[in-house]
Amino acid sequence: MNVVLIDAGGANIGSVRYALQRLGTDAQLSADPAVICAADRVILPGVGAAAPAMARLHALGLVDLIQQLRQPLLGICLGMQLLYDSSEEGDVACLGLLPGRVRRLRPAPGVRVPHMGWNRLQPMAQSPLLEGLTGQSQAYFVHSFAAPLTGDTLASSTHGEAFAAVVGRGNCFGAQFHPERSATTGARLLENFLSGAVA
Amino acid sequence: MLSRRIIPCLDVRAGRVVKGVRFRDHVDMGDIVELALRYRDAGADELVFYDITASPEGRRVGRDWVERVARVIDIPFCVAGGIRSVSDAREVLQAGADKISVNTPALERPPLIDELALAFGVQCVVVGIDSLRDADGQWRVRQYTGDPARTQALARRTLDWVVEAQQRGAGEIVLNCMGSDGVRDGFDLEQLRAVRAVCAVPLVASGGAGSAQHFADVFGEADVDAALAASVFHAGTVQIPELKRELRAQGVEVRDVQ
Repeated sequence: MNVVLIDAGGANIGSVRYALQRLGTDAQLSADPAVICAADRVILPGVGAAAPAMARLHALGLVDLIQQLRQPLLGICLGMQLLYDSSEEGDVACLGLLPGRVRRLRPAPGVRVPHMGWNRLQPMAQSPLLEGLTGQSQAYFVHSFAAPLTGDTLASSTHGEAFAAVVGRGNCFGAQFHPERSATTGARLLENFLSGAVA
Repeated sequence: MLSRRIIPCLDVRAGRVVKGVRFRDHVDMGDIVELALRYRDAGADELVFYDITASPEGRRVGRDWVERVARVIDIPFCVAGGIRSVSDAREVLQAGADKISVNTPALERPPLIDELALAFGVQCVVVGIDSLRDADGQWRVRQYTGDPARTQALARRTLDWVVEAQQRGAGEIVLNCMGSDGVRDGFDLEQLRAVRAVCAVPLVASGGAGSAQHFADVFGEADVDAALAASVFHAGTVQIPELKRELRAQGVEVRDVQ
């Protein structure tokens, strides 16, 4: 299995790579279009803000390429948010692979932003990506922006309001939480993404 | 619903985990990766590594053990100690840490918080605050607390610093209540309630845990998002699986130990 992690400048790409290594997969870190196109699985990680991340993808000439990928693509955290039409964070146009706009989480009494910590996943649709995960599964989230519930939502989570925690449409998948830091739940999601079932 | 987090804190000195009482008299507790794995298996929700000698000695945290931890650990971890610049932070984050925590360097130069938030996003930036009540009843910030000989009291009020740190871009506050640290009489609920009232970002309570009930009290009475402890976990006085069962029985939402 040839897995490529898109090197879009996020500071913690190492953790995703180590998580894949724990599953027996040695992923390549690359911003090279030829390397990305040749991959069996592509992962778009991301920590930071939407506008600089999109600027970096544009500068690397990767926007069209990511939009045209046919192999399974997984966006993680900010990487998932970039899959949508746009983000309120920096009011920036994103990759447009999923319809919708990413918005800031609203603080409320007892609802702190950033949403930081372990929260439950609520499965919303059948998907091979969710195999083995249940409404009791918890995952580790760290984010201030989130995507709304749409027809592409595979699992939701709730922090004040419900938001998209796992999404999928065609070859394009996303996890708002950090699977690399979500113990057995995260390992299972990554394992599912690497399996033949999502292809 | 978001779970309340249980965070073992591993104080690191010269590449080993140590623990002192009231920030003094440190004794060796074991190897970093070995302890990290043990806590992960017990159901810790997150780990914090404080390089307690980093700031007083004016040096940065070593990077090699951060990467060793990142390779084996599948829960989040935060690294604190001697992070003085965006490049120091980048080195630690690239080695695999999920968050970086700043304490003394942020007191010396508060714009460091703004710079870190701009570079990595607020979700990466934790501000640690060592706080002690003075004779006049005010809580004030201390710095250089890793070294008793250099620990200084500042004129800065703790509540003011909590507000300023958030305005500058702190994504989480860890409040180390020095008056209760290491003595296992319970968290400083009065101070934590006061800080909670001015803290809109996640708040982590630190200092004073001696029993499972102390954790239930701090979640129930001070509404903190997480509770951090060291000696009770290192000594085995509080076992995380039993602690979580007790918290759940008292209606506190916690992550299942898997």
